[in-house]
Amino acid sequence: MTTPAAHDATPAERRAAQALVSPAWLMFVVLLAGPTLAVFVLSLTDWQLGAPTLNFIGLGNYEQLFADRVFWKSFGNTAVYCLVVVPGSVFLGLGLALLIEGATFGRAFYRAAYFLPVTSTLIAMAVVWEFLLHPSVGLINVMLEQVGIHGGDWLKNPSRALFTLAGIGIWQSAGLNMVLFMAGLKSIPADLYEAVEIDGAASAWERFRCVTWPMLGPATLFVTVVSGIRSFQVFDTVEVLTKGGPNKSTEVLLYTMYTEAFNFFRTGFGAAITVVFLLVVLALTLLQVKAGEKRTHYG
Amino acid sequence: MRPGGSILSHVLRHLVLIAGLVIMLAPFVWMVSTSLKPPNEIFSTKLSLLPTNWAAVENYTKAFTKVPLLRYLLNGVIVTGGIFLLQLMVSLPAAYALAKLRFKGRDILFTMVLIGLMIPAQAPAIPRYVMLYEVGLLDTYAALILPFVFSAFGIFLMRQFFKTVPDDLMHAARIDGLGEFEILWRIMLPLAMPAMLAFGVISIVSHWNDFFWPLIVIQTGDLATPPLGTLFFRNEEAGSDFGPLMAGTVVITAPLVLLFLAAQRRFIEGVTLTGMKG
Repeated sequence: MTTPAAHDATPAERRAAQALVSPAWLMFVVLLAGPTLAVFVLSLTDWQLGAPTLNFIGLGNYEQLFADRVFWKSFGNTAVYCLVVVPGSVFLGLGLALLIEGATFGRAFYRAAYFLPVTSTLIAMAVVWEFLLHPSVGLINVMLEQVGIHGGDWLKNPSRALFTLAGIGIWQSAGLNMVLFMAGLKSIPADLYEAVEIDGAASAWERFRCVTWPMLGPATLFVTVVSGIRSFQVFDTVEVLTKGGPNKSTEVLLYTMYTEAFNFFRTGFGAAITVVFLLVVLALTLLQVKAGEKRTHYG
Repeated sequence: MRPGGSILSHVLRHLVLIAGLVIMLAPFVWMVSTSLKPPNEIFSTKLSLLPTNWAAVENYTKAFTKVPLLRYLLNGVIVTGGIFLLQLMVSLPAAYALAKLRFKGRDILFTMVLIGLMIPAQAPAIPRYVMLYEVGLLDTYAALILPFVFSAFGIFLMRQFFKTVPDDLMHAARIDGLGEFEILWRIMLPLAMPAMLAFGVISIVSHWNDFFWPLIVIQTGDLATPPLGTLFFRNEEAGSDFGPLMAGTVVITAPLVLLFLAAQRRFIEGVTLTGMKG
């Protein structure tokens, strides 16, 4: 790290600096570092909220967790959800970015319109989706009915509910990936396209294959990981639309954590799930930092 | 990327984009459309965007009287405003010191900020809940605001900004006899407005839309933030009275959508900057 100021720090300046950072230090310890470390400690206890005593039970919660079929179901569902939403929203985002950036007019309009689902309140839109997906009067089934397809129930069918939620997830996050890709596209130097054209790469596909795709490599990795972290945190649509059902088919990690810790008040057990959740997110984040190192340098 | 290609490819491009747009925006359009219709038209299988008999007044009146929608919006303003204000009060001084001053522990604090950026908001939820329970603050505005006062993202973003301010500006101020607090308040703050706005957009959007935390700490209907209020409304209606329900969701989504349409560029820039982080 470089020296921030060219002069030597005076004692007065050092004191002022300590005063300036002390609220941040205090809040960091009390509100973030303390609670995050406390999750690890709580996960080693049998504590239930409000209980007068607490026993350390070692890795008991984790043993129970890893022997629990619901936990594995929940972990698997979260993984499936990510494996659908990440490729779906990354490819859709990339396609939209390419189509829109290549357009001669209307770029700002398209960009804003496709971005709209990202900023709109997801809970309110989930309620709207519930209506759109209504088995008999919902827009989706009514339209399917007109072309002779019987849509059936989207949210109460165990083999379908998770994929329905994933569809909403893609709808909500494609616009975010789109703008992230747009930033990547802007950084590709225009003379590269001229160069490959001189070399005879005339078609749009060849230009994409020879320049755009290789140059977008780091951006694609970054967008994929960011998308993975976001979809791993899926919770809102589950709580509003399915409550983990039917038959645990949409039970996801954060939802399991929420019900254990805040409905059943099995605090220690809920903390163990949180630790698993946190470790996965941290692993993904380290990947993101690795991907981001190629793009930015903190200095 | 550069525009190019035949007329046919241009037409095709716009056809695909518009078709996609129809699907992406369908939920918004149908939400507004339904909020204007009487029940018999909502339950009809004949599709039309505009109602034959308008029921907008009934639906919106019902939405506003069945649940305290305005109260939810006001709560959203109080909570997001409170969080952002306190975040600024903690972040700005720390960011300035990290960027421009030399002191013991600077590198450690910056490392902690970078680590803080990686921790998802749900990770410290259980101990935060326990703390609020112990001090008797569950189910209050404080429970909604206090946990988010420390923003690693805010400190990081503002530090990156302060780094770009020339040191000469501070030297001149010091020669004029200004202390560090005055330099921050009188010189840095006015310069930092654009960066603060970018931070504000991210902070306000993410906390306005947050559902996980309010769901955990709030029981009283009067303290519900807009997302939680939406859920109360949905449960109240038992998912059948769609006209007023959609009117409610229109009212709940409107503030952010309007804010977005008014400040698109800043929104998209801010969100690109972070990949959406609070």
